[in-house]
Amino acid sequence: MPEKELLVQKIKNGTVIDHIVAGKALQVLSILGVSGSEGKTITIAMNVPSKKYGRKDIVKIEDTYLSPEITNKISLITPHATVNIIREYEVVEKRPLELPDEIIGLFKCPNPNCITNASEPIETKFYLPSKDPPLLRCKYCERIYAPSEVI
Amino acid sequence: MMMGNPFKNRDVVSIKDFSKDDLLYLFGVADRIENLSEKERGHLLEGKILGYLFFEPSTRTRLSFEAAMLWLGGKCLGFAEPRTSSVEKGENLADTIRTVENYVDVVVIRHYKDGAAKFAAEVSNKPIINGGSGTEEHPTQAMTDLYTIIKEKGVIDGLKIGILGDLKYGRTVYSLLYALSLFNVKIKLISHPMLRVRREIFFDLEKKIALSEHDNVEEVLPELDVLYVTRVQKERFPDLAEYEKVRSSYVVNLKILQKAKEDLIILHPLPRVDEISYEVDSSRYARYFKQTLYGKKLRAALLSSILDAKV
Ligand SMILES: [Zn+2]
Repeated sequence: MPEKELLVQKIKNGTVIDHIVAGKALQVLSILGVSGSEGKTITIAMNVPSKKYGRKDIVKIEDTYLSPEITNKISLITPHATVNIIREYEVVEKRPLELPDEIIGLFKCPNPNCITNASEPIETKFYLPSKDPPLLRCKYCERIYAPSEVI
Repeated sequence: MMMGNPFKNRDVVSIKDFSKDDLLYLFGVADRIENLSEKERGHLLEGKILGYLFFEPSTRTRLSFEAAMLWLGGKCLGFAEPRTSSVEKGENLADTIRTVENYVDVVVIRHYKDGAAKFAAEVSNKPIINGGSGTEEHPTQAMTDLYTIIKEKGVIDGLKIGILGDLKYGRTVYSLLYALSLFNVKIKLISHPMLRVRREIFFDLEKKIALSEHDNVEEVLPELDVLYVTRVQKERFPDLAEYEKVRSSYVVNLKILQKAKEDLIILHPLPRVDEISYEVDSSRYARYFKQTLYGKKLRAALLSSILDAKV
C-alpha cells in the first residue's frame, strides 16, 4: 500500500484541502473558522512527505462543503493548496485557490498607530492592490504590506 | 456655467476622493465668498453649527476652521484638547461622534491615529472633515496649499515644485502630493535619506507625475517655482545625533535664496521651528503667512459648500 494512502484515508463526503504549506494546517482551520465544536469529523495531517513540496499538510473536514469565498481566504498563507470537494468517495470538484479582492476582520494591521489597533468598534479591512506579487493595503491607514508582514 | 455642488453633504476624509474639477469648483466658491458684501457673507451659514473634536491639539487648524465659520455667521462648539473632554475618561472615538453629531451640522476632527477620520466618517451621519489624522492626511491643508499656489502664481500646471523637510511623517506632504498629482507639475522631493516619502507615494503616484528625490536643497533650488517647506519633528527622527549633523543643510535662508528664481514663492503649513530663517519672512519669496489667510477663505468655501449655502 502506498505511503500516502496509509496516512490519508478517503472520506465519504466533505472538503479536503491538500498541499497546504507544511506546518500551516492549524492556522488554515482557524482562518476557515472551523474549530471542531461543529461536531464534524476533522482529520489533520501535518508534515506529510510530498513529492512536489517535500513536506505538506492536509486537512479533511467531513460532511462540510466549503464555498470558494471561504476557502480563498487561506490563499495568502498557502497559495498552492488545492480544495477537493468529495461526494460518495469521488472528487466532484477540484479547485485551485484564488486571491480574494478584500480581506475583512482576519488579520491585524501591523501599523501600531492604525485606528484598527485602538479600542474602537472596528474590523480590519485589507484590499489587494496587486495580486502578483500579492500586496495588502489597509483600508484605514492605507499602508501597503507584503503578506508576510501581516500574517 | 453653473456646475452642481460636488461637496454637498460630503465627507472630506482624503484628498484622493476629489477630482481636479472638484478643487477648481471649491476655489471658485472661495473667490465668490470674498467678493460678497460683508452683510451677505455674514448670513451664509447663519443657524449652522460646526463641531470640532480635537483629540490632538492643533491651535492653527482649529482657529482657521473657527474663523471661517464665524466669518460666515455660523457657530462652533467642541473641544480643543482631549484632556478637557470625556475622551480623557476613556470614551472612544465612535461614541464621541455618535453623541456630538446630534448637536451639530458638520464635524471637523483631528486625531493622532492613522485612519481615524475615515472611521469617524463611517460612524457619523453628519459630514466629517478630516482636520489631520495620524501621519496620513490633512486634506484641507492641501486644498489651502493649492489655492495659495493658484492665487499667487495664476496657474498650477507647468510648475516645478520642491517639497523640503520631513517627507516621511509629515501628513501635509501626503495630501499635497496627491492633490498636485491632479495637475501637470514636476516635483522635487528634498530630504535627508532617513526622511524620504513612504512607499505608498511611489506606488500611487509614480505613473501620474514626475517625482524625483534629492538630498540637497541648493542643488534643485535654481529651477523651482514653488518651495514648500515642512517642519522636521525631532522626536520622530530615528537618530537625533545624526540629524543634528546635517540639519543646517535643510535650512532655508537668504544666502541660499540668492540662487532662486526671482518669482519663487515659499510656502509652509506652519508652525515652523527654524527650517526657514526669520530673515526670509520679509523677503519677496515668503507667502506662508498669506497662506493662512487663504486657509480661512478655503475652509469657508468648504463649509458653505458642504452645507450647501447658496454663494
Ligand atoms: Zn492600518
